[in-house]
Amino acid sequence: AALKDALRSQVSAALKEGRVTPTELCQRCLALIKNTKFLNAYITVTEETALKQAEESEERYKRGQPRGILDGIPIALKDNFNTAGIETTCASNMLKGYISPYNATVVQKLLDQGAVLLGKTNLDEFAMGSGSTDGVFGPVRNPWSYSKQYKEKSVSKSHSEDKESDWVISGGSSGGSAAAVSSFTCFAALGSDTGGSTRNPAAHCGVVGLKPTYGLISRHGLIPLVNSMDVPGILTRCVDDAAVLLGSLAGHDPKDSTTIQDDFKPFELPNLIDVSKLSIGIPKEYHAPGLSSEILALWSKAADLFKNAGAKVVEVSLPHTRYSIVCYHVLCTAEVASNMARFDGLEYGHRSDVKDSTESMYAATRREGFNDVVRGRILSGNYFLLKQNYEKYFVKAQKVRRLIANDFVKVFRSGVDILLTPTTLSDAAPYTEFIQEDNRTRSAQDDILTQAANMAGLPAINIPTALSERGLPVGLQFIGRSFQEKQLLTVAKWFEKQVQFPVIQLEEVKRHDSGVFQHQQSASFS
Amino acid sequence: QKVSVEMLDHLEHLALVDFRDSEGVERLQKAIQFADQLHEVNTDGVEPMDSVLEDRWCLYLREDEVTEGNCTKELLENARETVEEYFVAPPG
Repeated sequence: AALKDALRSQVSAALKEGRVTPTELCQRCLALIKNTKFLNAYITVTEETALKQAEESEERYKRGQPRGILDGIPIALKDNFNTAGIETTCASNMLKGYISPYNATVVQKLLDQGAVLLGKTNLDEFAMGSGSTDGVFGPVRNPWSYSKQYKEKSVSKSHSEDKESDWVISGGSSGGSAAAVSSFTCFAALGSDTGGSTRNPAAHCGVVGLKPTYGLISRHGLIPLVNSMDVPGILTRCVDDAAVLLGSLAGHDPKDSTTIQDDFKPFELPNLIDVSKLSIGIPKEYHAPGLSSEILALWSKAADLFKNAGAKVVEVSLPHTRYSIVCYHVLCTAEVASNMARFDGLEYGHRSDVKDSTESMYAATRREGFNDVVRGRILSGNYFLLKQNYEKYFVKAQKVRRLIANDFVKVFRSGVDILLTPTTLSDAAPYTEFIQEDNRTRSAQDDILTQAANMAGLPAINIPTALSERGLPVGLQFIGRSFQEKQLLTVAKWFEKQVQFPVIQLEEVKRHDSGVFQHQQSASFS
Repeated sequence: QKVSVEMLDHLEHLALVDFRDSEGVERLQKAIQFADQLHEVNTDGVEPMDSVLEDRWCLYLREDEVTEGNCTKELLENARETVEEYFVAPPG
């Protein structure tokens, strides 16, 4: 078995048949993590506990009693999920050294199924950002920066040794998780998605990024950003694997009252899929300013793919799309102002040495603990929540939110099953270029295609589609009806099969993955 | 509509974060300007939306039974300054 293998279809069988052991898998992943350290995808690598979990899993396989398909599978977690006994930092000075006293529900579920937790991945501080460049542990590098595909296309600037500065961002805020999955150091990773934080890095790193319906997966233990929009996100290398993770994580949690009470039935996706009975909607407002002509062309090609397969493809309108970002700006900063109030240095996290008074200690702690982005949002949020502004901004934004959500309801009611849109405006930018604009501007630009799905609570998924002219991944997004993940993933799987997105060619992986390589058919989409 | 330094002071006091004054004002001003675009949207007769689950989900109450607790030790472990079972704050 190779680290490149798909979980459900290959690794799981290999483990059951003893062709590979959980310990071997774990060791290989850990070694690869060490050799791809320059990606800065991981904040904490839990080597000892991972190996122990792998050993325990191995015992279960020997007895012929694996707990399920995830038993022994190495998985990584974004560092905003609480993990008992393991540092959880949110890439912030505020939580450096904070050892979680409990497991987030999703973490517990993974552990209960025997998954091997390799470590905590890097992100933008407190998940605020779209590049994974604004955390205290430094930026995450997109593995594709080091791929044969990108290097071949890179215009070499004289003989300058500036290869170091050519690297591109991973997207964010779950960049570490996306990079980890993309570079084969784990089979799946958890991210979070509030405005696109799972789908955006998935698109840039060429992996599948699923944002489930709000209320499907428990947020208990996920350090909150915007309580009414946050969801745990799933990052994998193929749609089938995303379905496996979804099946393991979805369902009511008594500890999270925002999870729906309906029973969730895990599903397997069919292998033969017929899209001819479907109606695919193309929202015209997603032809946003700044959308690269490359992505526009791919989007159009994708629509044709569905047409040729007999599906009904229609242009639709979501008229309030362009207000989604503004709405988000107000609601997000307001909820952040509230959520960040808990960080005062008293019960956990960083505490300033300032002792003059409680208030000055709080203020100093928060000044020292939070970066500019976080502090800026807290300040804005408090402004919008002032008595004199509450109706004008916060309530107004809540009304606009309803209009945005209603846009989707109308379209789905008109007979459309799935929406097809781009995920990002362009392929990944070089880091040096990305940091020229400030975080808020960047987020506003980058979230434009992903944010509305969070506003409406709908499920959405990024599928890697093709490589850009620069040799970097470009993805397309499917948005589905509430709680209709099965239909969404089925369509996504069909599309994935059609486009045959190429496997990343990384030197480091070749050197370490001494297993059988999977040579995929490269009937490349573009 | 300009944000005054007094307003900024007030906000910094409420939020307990500070920003070197003129940078703070500019940031906030930009944020407000951005948010003002909301007023282009006609929301007459539209109810504010608290949650996307409003139709499906009533915030339920569970039985008033104690199901967990007794974790004083764990809760105190992450605090920098404690005395017996108390978190300690500076006076005043």
